[in-house]
Amino acid sequence: MALLEVHNVSKSFGGVVANRDISIDVAERAIVGLIGPNGSGKTTLFNSIVGTHPIDRGTIRFLDSDISRLPIAQIARRGLLRTFQQSRIYKQMNCVENMQISISERDRGFLSLFENRQSAATGQANELLEFVGLFEKRLLLAGELSFGQQKLLEFAMALMNRPRMLLLDEPTAGINPTLINGLIDRLKRANAEFGITLLVIEHNMRVIMDLAQHIYCLAHGELLAAGTPSEIQNNPRVIDAYLGAH
Amino acid sequence: MSLTRLLVYLAVLAGAAVAPYFVPQYQSQLTELWLFIVFALTWDLVGGQMGYNSFGNVLFFGIGVYVTAVIQVGLFYDVATYNSARGGGGTVFTFDFTQYALGLAIGLPAGAILAALTAILVGSAVLGMRGQYFAVCTLGLGFAAAQIAAGWDYLGGGSGMVPPTAPDDFINLGLLYYYLSLGLAVVVFAVLSWLYSTRFALAINAIRDDEDKAEAMGHLTTRIKITAWTIAAFFLGIAGGLYGNVKRFIDPIDVAFPSATIGIWMILMAILGGKGTILGPVIGAVIFQITKELFWTYLLGWQRVALGLLIVLIVVFFPEGIVGWWRRRKAPIVETQAS
Amino acid sequence: MIDNLMIFYASPVTALDVLVNGLLIGAIFALTAYGLALVWGVIKIINIAQGEFVILGGYVAFVMAQNGIHPLYSIPVAALLLAIVGWLLYRLIIFRIIDRDLFTSVLATYGIAIVLQQLMNSAFGGDVQLAETGLGTLFLFDYMVSIAQIKIIAFALAAVLAVFLVLFLKNSRMGQAIRATAQNPRAARVLGIDTDRVFAATFALNAAICGAAGALVAMAYTIHPYIGLPYTIRSFMIVVIAGLGNMTGVIVAALGLGAAENFAAFILGTQFQLAFTFSLLVVVLVWRNWRLARKREYLK
Repeated sequence: MALLEVHNVSKSFGGVVANRDISIDVAERAIVGLIGPNGSGKTTLFNSIVGTHPIDRGTIRFLDSDISRLPIAQIARRGLLRTFQQSRIYKQMNCVENMQISISERDRGFLSLFENRQSAATGQANELLEFVGLFEKRLLLAGELSFGQQKLLEFAMALMNRPRMLLLDEPTAGINPTLINGLIDRLKRANAEFGITLLVIEHNMRVIMDLAQHIYCLAHGELLAAGTPSEIQNNPRVIDAYLGAH
Repeated sequence: MSLTRLLVYLAVLAGAAVAPYFVPQYQSQLTELWLFIVFALTWDLVGGQMGYNSFGNVLFFGIGVYVTAVIQVGLFYDVATYNSARGGGGTVFTFDFTQYALGLAIGLPAGAILAALTAILVGSAVLGMRGQYFAVCTLGLGFAAAQIAAGWDYLGGGSGMVPPTAPDDFINLGLLYYYLSLGLAVVVFAVLSWLYSTRFALAINAIRDDEDKAEAMGHLTTRIKITAWTIAAFFLGIAGGLYGNVKRFIDPIDVAFPSATIGIWMILMAILGGKGTILGPVIGAVIFQITKELFWTYLLGWQRVALGLLIVLIVVFFPEGIVGWWRRRKAPIVETQAS
Repeated sequence: MIDNLMIFYASPVTALDVLVNGLLIGAIFALTAYGLALVWGVIKIINIAQGEFVILGGYVAFVMAQNGIHPLYSIPVAALLLAIVGWLLYRLIIFRIIDRDLFTSVLATYGIAIVLQQLMNSAFGGDVQLAETGLGTLFLFDYMVSIAQIKIIAFALAAVLAVFLVLFLKNSRMGQAIRATAQNPRAARVLGIDTDRVFAATFALNAAICGAAGALVAMAYTIHPYIGLPYTIRSFMIVVIAGLGNMTGVIVAALGLGAAENFAAFILGTQFQLAFTFSLLVVVLVWRNWRLARKREYLK
C-alpha cells in the first residue's frame, strides 16, 4: 500500500480537460518526480491532491484513507503539504515568526493557539532556519528576502510542520544555478533524515534525474509514461513530448 | 515587557485615574476617549491584525447599546411603554439605586454576550468573504442594523431611547462611567497585549498575509476568524452598553448614520495610529479625540467635512500611521524584534 | 405586515401599482450600476461615493428648477458638471490609490462620500427636496394604479442614456480605449493607450452617468444629502448579481431590485425600506459566496 494513491483522477475547467484519468502511486519515504511540458497538468494534479479544488472523477487516498472530498486544511493536517511555484510565505512577519506559525497543529487542540508564541517552537525554528541557511536572516521580514531565499523559507516552513509527505512545485525554478546543488542536497536530507516522502514537479532534468527514484511523465493532461529515471530518459514518447532538454 | 514600558504604562494609568479631580472639565471627553480606545483596539484586532477590514463592527456596538438599555429598563418596566411615554409628560419612570445597579450589572454582560453570539452567527456566514466583499457586506450589515433600530418602535424608533438615570445623591454617574470606561479600556488593552503574545496572533497575521497559505498549512482559518471577531464583538458590546449610559441618550443615528460616525471613526483611529500594532489604535484614538474636539470647537459647521477630508488624507498619504512611520524611521532595513 | 399583504389579496391591482412603480425606478438603478461596473472593471476600484454623485446631480436639477429652468434641461448640465467633479477627484485623489489594495479604495471613496454629503448638507440643508417638473399623474384601473408621468419619462430617458452609453463604448475611440484597458491594461499601454487618461475619462464618465441619473431622481423622486449610500449599495448589489460585463443582467437585476424594494416598502412599511435594501445586500453576498464555497472558491 502506497502512502499516496491517486486513482483515475480527472479534472476539467470549463471545457478544458486539465487532467484525464491519471493514476500515480507514491511509496512511503520515496522521492518521486512529476515531469511534463508546460501545460501538461502537473500543477493541476497537485492542486487536486491537496484539495485546492474538488476533482471531477477518481479517488485520492493518503495514509490509506480517502481524502478526495476533504478541504485543504484537513488534508494538510493529515500530513500532506505542498509548496507553491511562486513561493508563498507570510511577508509582513519575520522568518522566525513564519516558522513559529508553521508548527504542526495536528496533535494540538484549538486552544493551544493561545500558548505563548515563544515556547519550544523557537528552538526548532532556529534549527531549521540553520538547515536551509537562513539563520542570519531570521529577523528580517519574509517580504524582504530575495526570491531564492523565500523559496528556502517556504521549504523550511514545510519541514517545520513535520509532514509525512511534501509536494514540491518546481523547487529549483528561479534559483541561482550555483545554489541548486545545495537545495537538492537538502531535499535528499529531508527525505533521508526526516523521513519525508517527496513528490516533486521539476523542469530541470538534471535535478530530477538525480533526485527521484521513480518518475511520472504527463503530457496533454494524461499520463504518458512512468519508470525509473533511466527508463524515462530513454523513452521515445517522453523525448518526443519534451524534445529532450536537460 | 521592559521596566521602562511598565513604568510608563503605570504612570499613564495613574494620571488617568486622577484626571477627574484635576481636570474635571474634560471628564466627559476623557470618558469618551477611553471608549474610543476600545473601539479602535477591537477594530484593529480583526482589521489591522487579521486583514478583515470591517465596516460593520458598529453592529456589535449597537447591540450592546440597545440590549443594555432594554434590560436596564425592561427588568422593571415595560420597554414599549417607557419609550412611547417620552415627551408625552405622562408617567414618570423612576429607578432607585438597587434597580439601577442591578440593571447595569445584568445589562452590560448581557449586551456583551449577545454581541458575541451575533458575531459567531454572522461571522460564520460573512467571514468566508474576502477583501472588498467583506468590507461592503459589513457596511450593509451595520446600516441594516441601524435602519432596523431606527424603525422599531419597541426600541424607541427614530427618537431613540433614554437609558435610566439613577438618583444623583447616591452616586456620581459621570464619575462611575468614567472609571468603568477607563477600566474597560485597560482590560481590553491588557487582554489584547496578552493575545498578541500568543500563537493566535501569529495565526491571524498569517491569515492577513496569505490566507490561502495558512489554510494550506493546516490552519482552521474559519474558526480562528470567528474567534477573533467574537472577542472584538464582546468588548464592543460592553463599550456600547457604557456609551449609551455615558451619553444619557441613545440615538440610532449614532449606530450608523450613513455618514461619519463611530463605525468609520474606529477605522480612522486604527489607521491613523498605525494598524496592526497594540499602541497604534491607542495613539490614533487620542489624536482623533483631540482633533475631533478641536474641529467641533473651531470649525463648527464644517467639522464633519473636515473629518471626511481627514479620512481621505490619512488613507491616501499616511496609511502606515504614526507607529508605522516611527518604526520605519528607526530601522532603515526593516528588522523586527522576535519578541 | 400581514395586513399589508392582505391588501394584495383583496385588491390585486394594487400589486400592479407597486410592481410598475418599482420597475420604473429600477431603470435608474441600472444606470448607476453600470457606471459602478465601469469603474470597477477598468480602474479596479469600488466607488463608495457613487450615490453621492447621484445626489449631487440631483441638486443640480433642484437648483436649476429653483431658478425657473425646467429640470429636464438639467440632465445634460448635471452630467457635465459631475463629469468635471469626477475628473477633478480622479486627478486629486483617485489616481494615487489605484495600485493599492481594494480596502484603500473603499475607505478613500467612503471618505470622499462623507465630504460630499456634508458639503451638500451645508449648502442645501438637510431637508428632502425635489425638482418640480409640473407633470401630472397617470391613473389606470379606476384610480387604483397611479404612475407619475415623470417616472415614465425618467424610465425612457434612462433607457436612452443607456443606449448612448453602449454606443459610445462600442464605437468611439475613447470607448474602445476604455474597453481595451479593462481587458488588459498592460497590453493597452504597449499599444500606445495612455491608461492614465483612460482611467480619468472612465471616472469622469461614471460621474456623468450618475449626474444624469441624479437629475432624473430629483425630478421623479426625492433627494436629500444622506440618501446617497443606498444608491451605492444598490449599484454594488446589482453588479454582484449580474457580473461585471453583463449589460442585460444589470438591467434585469436592477429592475428586479426596484420592484422588490417597492414591495418591501409596501409590506414592511416605508421606515424599513432601507433596512430591506441593506439586508438584501448581505443576503445576496452570503448566498453568492456560499455557492462558491461549495467549489472551494470564494468571491474575488
